[in-house]
Formats: sequence, structure tokens, C-alpha cells
Amino acid sequence: MTFDVLISALWVVLQPQVLIVVLLASVYGLFIGAIPGLSATMATALLIPLTFYMDPVPAIAAIVATTAMAITAGDIPGALLRIPGTPASAAYVEEAYALNMKGKAQLAMGLGIVFSAAGGLFGALVLLVSAPLLARASLNFSSFEFFWLALLGLLTSALVSTNAPARGLFSLCLGLLISTVGLDVTSGQPRFTFGVIDLYGGVSFIPTMIGMFAFAELLRGLSSAASVPPVPAKESVFSNSFAGVWGAFRRYPWSFLRGSTLGSSIGALPGVGGDLAAWIAYGMSRRFSKTPEKFGTGHEEGLIEASSSNNAGLSSAWVPALVFGIPGDAVTAIAIGVLFMKGLNPGPKLFVENPTMLTAVILTFALANLFLIPIGFLAIKGARYVLAVPRGLIVPTILVFCVVGSFAINNTVFDIAIMLVAGLVAYLMEANRFPIAPVILGLVLGPVLERNFIMSMQIADGNLLGFFSRPVAAGLGILVCAIIVIPILRSLATRLRRPLS
Amino acid sequence: MKAFKAALAASAIFVGTLGSVGHAFAEWPERAVTVIVPWSAGGGTDATARAVAQELEERFGQPFNVVNRTGGGGLVGHITIANSGPDGYTLGVITIETTMFEAQGLPGASPEAFTLLGRFNADAIGINVRADAPYGTAKELVEAVKANPGQLKASGANRGGLSHLAWAGLLNRLEIDPQAAPWVASDGSAPAMQQLAANAIEVVSTSPAEAQSLVDAGEAKTLLLMADERSALYPDIPTVSEALGVAWSPLPFRGLAGPAGLPEEVVTKVSAALAEITKDEEFIALMKSRGFSVAYQDAETFTKTVMRSRDDLVSAMQAVGLAK
Repeated sequence: MTFDVLISALWVVLQPQVLIVVLLASVYGLFIGAIPGLSATMATALLIPLTFYMDPVPAIAAIVATTAMAITAGDIPGALLRIPGTPASAAYVEEAYALNMKGKAQLAMGLGIVFSAAGGLFGALVLLVSAPLLARASLNFSSFEFFWLALLGLLTSALVSTNAPARGLFSLCLGLLISTVGLDVTSGQPRFTFGVIDLYGGVSFIPTMIGMFAFAELLRGLSSAASVPPVPAKESVFSNSFAGVWGAFRRYPWSFLRGSTLGSSIGALPGVGGDLAAWIAYGMSRRFSKTPEKFGTGHEEGLIEASSSNNAGLSSAWVPALVFGIPGDAVTAIAIGVLFMKGLNPGPKLFVENPTMLTAVILTFALANLFLIPIGFLAIKGARYVLAVPRGLIVPTILVFCVVGSFAINNTVFDIAIMLVAGLVAYLMEANRFPIAPVILGLVLGPVLERNFIMSMQIADGNLLGFFSRPVAAGLGILVCAIIVIPILRSLATRLRRPLS
Repeated sequence: MKAFKAALAASAIFVGTLGSVGHAFAEWPERAVTVIVPWSAGGGTDATARAVAQELEERFGQPFNVVNRTGGGGLVGHITIANSGPDGYTLGVITIETTMFEAQGLPGASPEAFTLLGRFNADAIGINVRADAPYGTAKELVEAVKANPGQLKASGANRGGLSHLAWAGLLNRLEIDPQAAPWVASDGSAPAMQQLAANAIEVVSTSPAEAQSLVDAGEAKTLLLMADERSALYPDIPTVSEALGVAWSPLPFRGLAGPAGLPEEVVTKVSAALAEITKDEEFIALMKSRGFSVAYQDAETFTKTVMRSRDDLVSAMQAVGLAK
């Protein structure tokens, strides 16, 4: 890409039409994203008819801005009400909520928005500089590498969950077990469905997630053990929504860099990237932290790392889509359709034949993430009032959102039942100090793990050493084994050194 | 009491907008329609379904939301379509696998479970290998399979799906044991192409359209097309009889369907719209640009095609040991 291309692409992007579209799409994404259960995919799908009437660049800009804002805005109900917006944000929702319980709701939201935007900008930069390179690298990942990555993601739950690893492991296994419900991918045979047709497709995770976090929180609110986040003191309209964010960045600059880098690289892997990145980032943050004991009590470090990786991954998820026409998720699949319709057929040819347009598309990522900051600033101002709303009003409202959100994912009443049951289970689990986040992780990664395990086994003719037969897979495999084995050896060593009492 | 009535009215409105009641009086569609795709995002069924959904959306002025319900080799999605309420607000795209489930001992998604609305696409399956593979022609690939039984792995979809049957049937016609190039079950063609590019497997059996972007990128090449004649869209790809001297053309289809017992109004409207869409210049150009053919059949002809495919395929499945 030459400088001329960049300038002409900037010229395409900095048109009033594009700027207005990005602004409107961001506001729209904010509203969809901030309503628990309404997903970024849904927001994008509803946008498609409007893109018919737009030029290619504003059309893509609208999709990018909507998803970026919707996913970032999902952190607002996460911090305020403990309702995660996406499977990725479930990784750090407890941390954000803990900050809120300390009376720092505004800081929790500020961190989420600023570092999402910064991570997104980082991702856009990576996309601009190294899209073809990154895409080629991502094409080298087969089921063997995906298997190890999924396992690595699962291991982070040991780090994410509380100081009781055994309980964390239990929750994780519960999640994995739930993920096996439904038709088996390989043979098509039903498992644990008890003849219920609605279970053939498995237990969908959005209703489960809403139930386990939000509905369980409502149940706790009704019980005697209720604890309510403190109402923030009234501040003037001119107060700074982002107060304390800069200080947090100065304290943990590495968290931001690590999170963004991780997000941009894992995000480029089609299919699994987006959901995995935030979990691994959060786990890594705790592993490398100087104060790991503060995690889970409302600590900024993990929040910074996970939210920057979340949005960085969002940008790089477009890498395989733009370069090879391989979409990693529903949003990029929709966007590829729009690109084709506008005659911008994704693929390596696009990079040669129409670099200006391509660069312009990538620049809209940067633009959308820049818009996150002012809109997020205002959103936080408004969102703070949510905490001042009387409990009697907010509880039924959340309940309505829980029901609508669960229903809306697949348009089935059955999912509402799943949400309610999941909520009850989560309430009982938390009353007995079992963590919830690992359940969601197991549920999201279980199918990825299983599918890639089976595929790999079929390729390797059932030989387990096949998982170490490819260089990258071997590297990842050794890393995963080290993470499992080293703590065991270390604890054995300390036990041997210490005389038995 | 007044408050109770108001609450009742409010909840009635709420339920009404969610949509399980109240559609009987107005014209279909008065709210969003869900279009279920039984295959993963990014595959050919997904891409064509999204193209059709966009056209339907333009014609009916309501969103047609594409939802991917994957798993079980398309069975989950097919069953979901078949089991949804026949109110016209859940439609789906069914693929040739619907004719094969029952023979595999998987009930609940056979053609009788659907109201067939029309076919919009039928693309023959091709054999794709990595661009840097040592075999340049289908003949050389077959020699390689014979020389190293069990070494070369093939994928493209689930075990027992049409892609699998196409590959196993091809080997069967060539009098090679299908186990000489074992099948690796995947969720669809997109993950299989990823596996091919990553050098984990050697053969992907899928339509040339689904391999197109990686072929353009110089990562893959298509060796043959399992059809009786060359495709107008891919005139350079030899047919199976040209390349290997055997006849084998299992032609898949992609069609719109709903659960059995769909209201007459919906059937008429959607079928008419589909006929119109498949004649639309813009739609044809869009499908062509992505390498997909447009092959319309009305509900009646489509039903015949489906039933005939079932008869043909079940015997082919028995030949390669895929039917119970």
C-alpha cells in the first residue's frame, strides 16, 4: 500500500455521508448493544436493507460501526447490572461488576469503552498494515491448532475463577457437559436430549448466559443476602466520564499492548477467534500480574487487557473475510454478502485491483472506533442514572429484558425456559461459592474443542501424537501441557522441601 | 382491577409483538421472518440463502433474518425448520441431505416433513486439492489414492452428507474401496477448505463456488466436476467422465421450504416471489459473481426432483455402506 492510496482512501472516508452514517450507526449500535440479549449479529442483520441504498464504503462503515458499538455497549449492562453482552464479555463481567459494587461504576464503564476503542484502533492498524500476511498465517491453522487453542482457553478459567480451583474446575466441567447436549456433530446421533426436539440443537448459550448472570442476580436481589450497588453521588453535567482511565493506562500500559496484540492475532482465526481472545487475555493478565490476588475484586488490570483484546479481535476477524472470502462469524458472513452486492468481491484480487476501496473499508474501522469515545462518553453520563432508579422499577425491567433477549435469539419460547432454569442453577451454585463464568466458557468452547478433536483424530487415524506432528500445534501443545504440569510440580516441590509435620 | 386489566392488555400487546398470536387476521408477512440455514456461516448454502433472503426482504418489506442452525450434518437445522410452527414466520433452506437422513437411521427431517416452496440453486460438486499438491489432474490424484491407501484424507461436510457420498461414490465407481481415502467429518465446506489450506487434509469435495476464493488466491485448485456436462460458469473444469471415464453426477440442490402444512397464502406468495427473484438480472449477476448457478424449479417440479434424488441416492448410499 502506497501513501497515495492512503490519501485517496482517506478522501473517500472523510465524506460527510460516511461520517453521518457512522454516527447514526454508532448510536443505533449503542441502543441495541446496551439492551441485554439483543446481539450485534441481530443489529447487523436489521441494518442490511438500509445498506441497499448506500455506496459501498458507507454500507460497510455502517456495519462496522454498528457491531463495534453494539459489542462495546454490551459492557455497560455488564458493569451496571452484571448482564454480559457477548460470550466474550462474560470473561470480565464479574470484574466490572465488582468495581461497580465498590462505587466505581463510572470507572468500570469508562475503562470498558476507552480500552475497547483503543484496542479497536490497534486492530484496525494491524488490518491496514498486515492483512494479507495475517490472513496467510491464519490459513495455516488446522483443527490440531484450533484444538490446542480451545484447550488453552479452557485453562484460563482456572485463572479466571476464584481462589478455589476445584470449584472452578467443577463449573467448567458442568459447562462442557451442557455443551454436549444435542445432536453429535460427527454421527448426528442425539445426546442427552431425552426426546425433546428443542434440545436437538443444543442448549443455546445466550439464554443460558442471560439466565446465569442476570436472572440469578435478580434472584439474589430478592433474597435476604441482597447487596445493591451504591448509588453514585450527583455530579455536575460537565464532569468527566473518563476520569481515572488515563491513570489506569499509565499504571498498566503492558496490559493494553498485550491484550491488543493477542486480540488481533487470535481474532484473525476464522470461527473461534472472537470469543476466545478476551478469555485468554483475562487469564494471561492475571498470570502476569504483580497483584493476582486483586483479580475478581474490581481490579482495573484484567478489564483493560480483556476489553482491548475484545475489540482488537473484532477488527482482525475481518482479515480472513477480506483476504480469502472466509467469514469467521455471522457478522462477517453478512458483510461479505454486502461487499459482493456492491461489486467489491473479497479476495486477494481486491487488494490488487482496488486498493483504494479496500483501504477505505479498513479506515472505516478506525473511524468507527474513534466514534466510540465521544458516544461512549455521553452514554456513561446517561447510564449512571440507571443505578439511581429504584429497585422496584429496575428489577421488573431487567426481567423483561431477560425474557425478550432469550426469546429473540432463536425466536423460541423454549429458550426462555432455558434462561429461567439456568438462572436457578446459577443462584444455587453461587450460594455455594461455585463460580459462574467457567460454565459459560465451557459452554462456548465445548463444541469447538470437541469438533476439532474429532476432526484431528480422524486425520491422525486415532494417533494422539498427531497433536504434536505439526510445528505450531506442537508449540501450542507443549505450552498447554506446561501450564498444566508446572503448577503441579511446583506444589510437589514445596511439599517435599517442607518437612512433614 | 383497572390496573390488572391494563397490565393484561399490555402483556397481550407484548406477546402479540413477539408474535405467537395475532397473525391470522393480517396479510403475511406482517413481521420479521426467520430463515433457517442448516449449514455454517460462510458456506455455499449460507451465501445463497443470504442472497435470496435479501431479495425476499426487498419484495415483502419485512426483515428475513438468516439464522445458522448447524450441527449433526445439517440435521439440526432441517429438524428445526420441520418442527417450527407452520405460520410462515419460520422458513428455511433445505439441501439434498434431507433425502438422505432417513436412510442413515435419522428420522424427523425427510422431505415429507416440509412444505417445499421451490429450488433456486443446483451446483455440481467438484474435487479440490491444494494448489501445490503433487497431483495435477484427477487421474493423478486417483493414482495417489491407490498407491497410498488410508493416507490421503478427504472432507467437505459431515459423515454421510452429500459431499461424503459424492467422494465415496466416485471411488466406488472407480472400484476403489472408499476407505482408501477416509472421510473427515466437518461442519461444512468453509472449515474443510480451511483444513485443506492448512495442509491438514488433501481433498475437499465441494462445489467449485465454495472453493473459488481460495482458488483465486492461488491456494487451491479444482480437478474435476461431478456432472454430466461442463458448467457454463467453470468451462475449464473437466467433467468426471472426461477426466476419469466413469459416469457419476450426484446433483445437490438448495431450495426454500417451510414446515409441513404451511398456509396456502404463504406458499403462493413465496413461490411467486422466488420465481421472480430467480429471473431478476441483478440477482443472477450476484449469484454468478460468487460462482453459484441459478436453477429455479417451482414447488411441484422441485418436489419431483427431491423424491427422485431420494431414490437414486439411497441406492448409492447402500453401495458405499452409508445407509443402514
